[in-house]
Amino acid sequence: MMEIGLNHYLILSTILFAIGLIGVMRRKNLLLLFFATEILLNSVNIAFAAISHFYGDLTGQMFAFFVIAIAASEVAVGLGLLIVWHKRHGTIDLDTMSTMRG
Amino acid sequence: MELYLYLALFAPLAGSLFAALFGASPKTIVAGLVPSILLFVSFVSSTILLVHILSGGAVVHVEMMTWMATGDLYIPFGFVVDQVSVTMMMVVTVVSTVVHFYSVGYMDHDKGFNRFFSYLSAFVFSMMVLVMSDNFAGLFIGWEGVGLCSWLLIGFWYHKESATWAANEAFIMNRIADLGMLIGIFLVYWNTGTLQYEQAFAAMPALEADILTLMGIFLFIGAMGKSAQFPLHTWLADAMEGPTPVSALIHAATMVTAGVYLVVRANPLYDLIPHVGIFIASLGAFVALFAASMALVNRDMKRIIAYSTLSQLGYMFVAAGLGAYWVALFHLMAHAFFKALLFLGAGNVMHAMHDELDPFKMGGLKKAMKWTFIMMTVASVALAGIYPLAGFFSKDLILEVAMIEHHYIIYSVLLFTAGLTAFYSFRLVALIFHGEERYKLFGVHPHEAYKFMLIAMSPLLILAVIAGSFKMTYFEMVTAVLPATEYHVHSALAYWIMTIGTQLFVIAAIAFAYKKYARSGITVPDGTSKMENRLCYKILSNQYYIPYVYEEYLVKPYRELSTVFWKQIDMKVVDATVDGIAGFIYGTGEKTRDMQSGNLSTMLKWMVAGTVGLLSLAVVFGLAVRYSVEIKAILSGLGV
Amino acid sequence: MFEAVAFYLFAFLTIAMFFIAVTTSQALYALTALAAGMIFISAFFFILGADFLGAVQIVVYSGAVMALYAFGMMFFDTTRDVKEKNGNKYIVIGLSVISAILVVAIFSAPIVSENITALYPMVEGAGNTQEVGLVLFTKYLVPFEVAAVMLLVAMIAGIVLAGKDMDLSLTLLDDKEIEEIKNKKIKKVL
Repeated sequence: MMEIGLNHYLILSTILFAIGLIGVMRRKNLLLLFFATEILLNSVNIAFAAISHFYGDLTGQMFAFFVIAIAASEVAVGLGLLIVWHKRHGTIDLDTMSTMRG
Repeated sequence: MELYLYLALFAPLAGSLFAALFGASPKTIVAGLVPSILLFVSFVSSTILLVHILSGGAVVHVEMMTWMATGDLYIPFGFVVDQVSVTMMMVVTVVSTVVHFYSVGYMDHDKGFNRFFSYLSAFVFSMMVLVMSDNFAGLFIGWEGVGLCSWLLIGFWYHKESATWAANEAFIMNRIADLGMLIGIFLVYWNTGTLQYEQAFAAMPALEADILTLMGIFLFIGAMGKSAQFPLHTWLADAMEGPTPVSALIHAATMVTAGVYLVVRANPLYDLIPHVGIFIASLGAFVALFAASMALVNRDMKRIIAYSTLSQLGYMFVAAGLGAYWVALFHLMAHAFFKALLFLGAGNVMHAMHDELDPFKMGGLKKAMKWTFIMMTVASVALAGIYPLAGFFSKDLILEVAMIEHHYIIYSVLLFTAGLTAFYSFRLVALIFHGEERYKLFGVHPHEAYKFMLIAMSPLLILAVIAGSFKMTYFEMVTAVLPATEYHVHSALAYWIMTIGTQLFVIAAIAFAYKKYARSGITVPDGTSKMENRLCYKILSNQYYIPYVYEEYLVKPYRELSTVFWKQIDMKVVDATVDGIAGFIYGTGEKTRDMQSGNLSTMLKWMVAGTVGLLSLAVVFGLAVRYSVEIKAILSGLGV
Repeated sequence: MFEAVAFYLFAFLTIAMFFIAVTTSQALYALTALAAGMIFISAFFFILGADFLGAVQIVVYSGAVMALYAFGMMFFDTTRDVKEKNGNKYIVIGLSVISAILVVAIFSAPIVSENITALYPMVEGAGNTQEVGLVLFTKYLVPFEVAAVMLLVAMIAGIVLAGKDMDLSLTLLDDKEIEEIKNKKIKKVL
């Protein structure tokens, strides 16, 4: 227990990922959905960094780096779209957005 | 020679197809003339083939094309013109041509004129296939074809309920018999490996008697249906619902003789199983008497003639059953001519009396319809077997056969039936043409049929008179393929006693009929006379209550059973299952449609569910790879 | 020892924070919890010796991204409680738990068998930032440039989507028309 190995980090990452999934599935407000997405990305980052540390390979950190960059741009574009939607419909509740029904 | 074979075979088909083109159009004389002319062409080709065979020419055998060649089964469309089939071809084409030309006049005012000729020619084509085929499969095709065309023609006036009922009865009874025939054909193929006549009959002597007996019985069951032997006989009388030319062609000359043709063709088989032959002969004798008895009291003109046909078919089967195949065929030929003539004459009478069928309501028509009177009388004389007309030579020959083969019971039954035949035939003639003119009470004005119809009937008249003289020529020709037993009574004295005795008996019956029915003072029976209330009269006029039994104990229960099957099983079980499966699929579709609700939250949930699925697959496969060795050990332990 | 204590402490805090972010009904609490969670994650990076990554995490995530979210929150009316019509929560929880278990199972398998080898091994002795720089600008140069372009595109997209009066381009108009527009606007205000 005392000796923190790779498994600990991976289990932590998995727990955070599961929490992120709960949020993704549960949230009906689009903004809060984005929050949950951020949680997902961060948990993955932890996993990458941990593996990188325990194997002495910098690839993991590089990947985490790029994930952060992508997350940032995703937030920018996503919020912009959200603003446009809100201007047009006045609400960002997911249950009202069902024009794509099949 | 092959050309004539194909011409004889396919000219009726061409006529039928030509007439079918006009099926929905109003009546046009061309649709009647062209099939008739084509049939005449077929007749001419048959005659040429007859001359060829008579002059000692070789049997014409063609194989048109292969029908089935799968594995060991080889069935071609083959046709053979040998002595037996050329005889049948002549009978069929002569009667068919006469009937076709006659029908142009008879069906003159009918709306379905074009349709009639199409069906009629199709029938002739099927019959030609039946008699010209060289294997059992082709025979069966023709067999079914004549059954179908018979159904079409009996139910020609399909608006009449009674006509459609009669057509269905005929077809279904034939079908029941065809099952037996099919089993017989299967037995032939199973045991001899081929359906060609030559090879099958050559292989038969090597088979066991049991198998041969079964084969013979089953094939005869098929003949029973087609030739209306007891107990599958009720359809023949009811088939008189169809137009009279149909009765003349089908139920006198051709279709019902197909059964006799089958037995004659299969003579190598029946020679090997004489006990089945005895059974056939006994049944034939029984039917002869049975039918004649019902004709004695019948009040429907066509039915009397139909029962007469049935009776004569019994005669033919007696001959065939006792091994006298050429005699049976000869009687078939002669009978076709005078019976068709009788039917056509009856058609004239019907037309003149505005479709009245009860001879008691006619009478004294010989003044108004001279030629019909002459023809029907001649035909009845021929039917009764008076020398020197055709019937004498064939019927008396059958009586001789029965006597010589020492089947005295059969002989006496046939002799008695001959008397009955004479009686009821002349009862009919006397009631219709002699006595006072009862039809005047009903306000009918009869007139003779069209001239050309009478001219069309005349070949039959001539043949009915002179057919007996063909006997020796026919005998020499046909015994090339049939057993050539000559039937001579031991002593000439016995022969003359037999013959003269039979003639006297028949003439006495005719005289009795004339005395009873050709006098004045006959009234239309209305159910109150003493005669009508006697038990034997009731039994006979209700046809021994057999149709009643069939209706009560066969048709009604079967209908109940069918209703149960329909309502309970088909609708509740089968339909419910099919609808259930469809409903299930539909329901699944409805539920999974929610996946495409457009709601992002739902879709995200489905995404996670899919991820879970894929992850579990990954775990399973990973474990399988990791422990593949152990898994293989377990599986081989289980025996996979 | 310190490592274990730090790990468990931060792990507990991170999980708590993210859990709050996911389950609370008030958007403001969710935002705050998320920001806190980001900081704690950077702590992990520092524990793992990824200094550069930890710093980037704080600057980009807790700084820029959270600020963006805060601006977004100001835009929407999120002072009210977020009403959420929830479906079957057992499905949600069940699916997440199962996926978590499966992922752990998958991860433990190869780790135990130790099939992984290092592609870009760390250089001993140099500090983390220098190492990151070395690898980033040599082996990962192309992805780096592409990411830069992507950030540029995202920036422009954000401006276009969120901006007002985007059809009007002041640089293309001449002075007189700009005067007119200014007067119209003042008239509207007055």
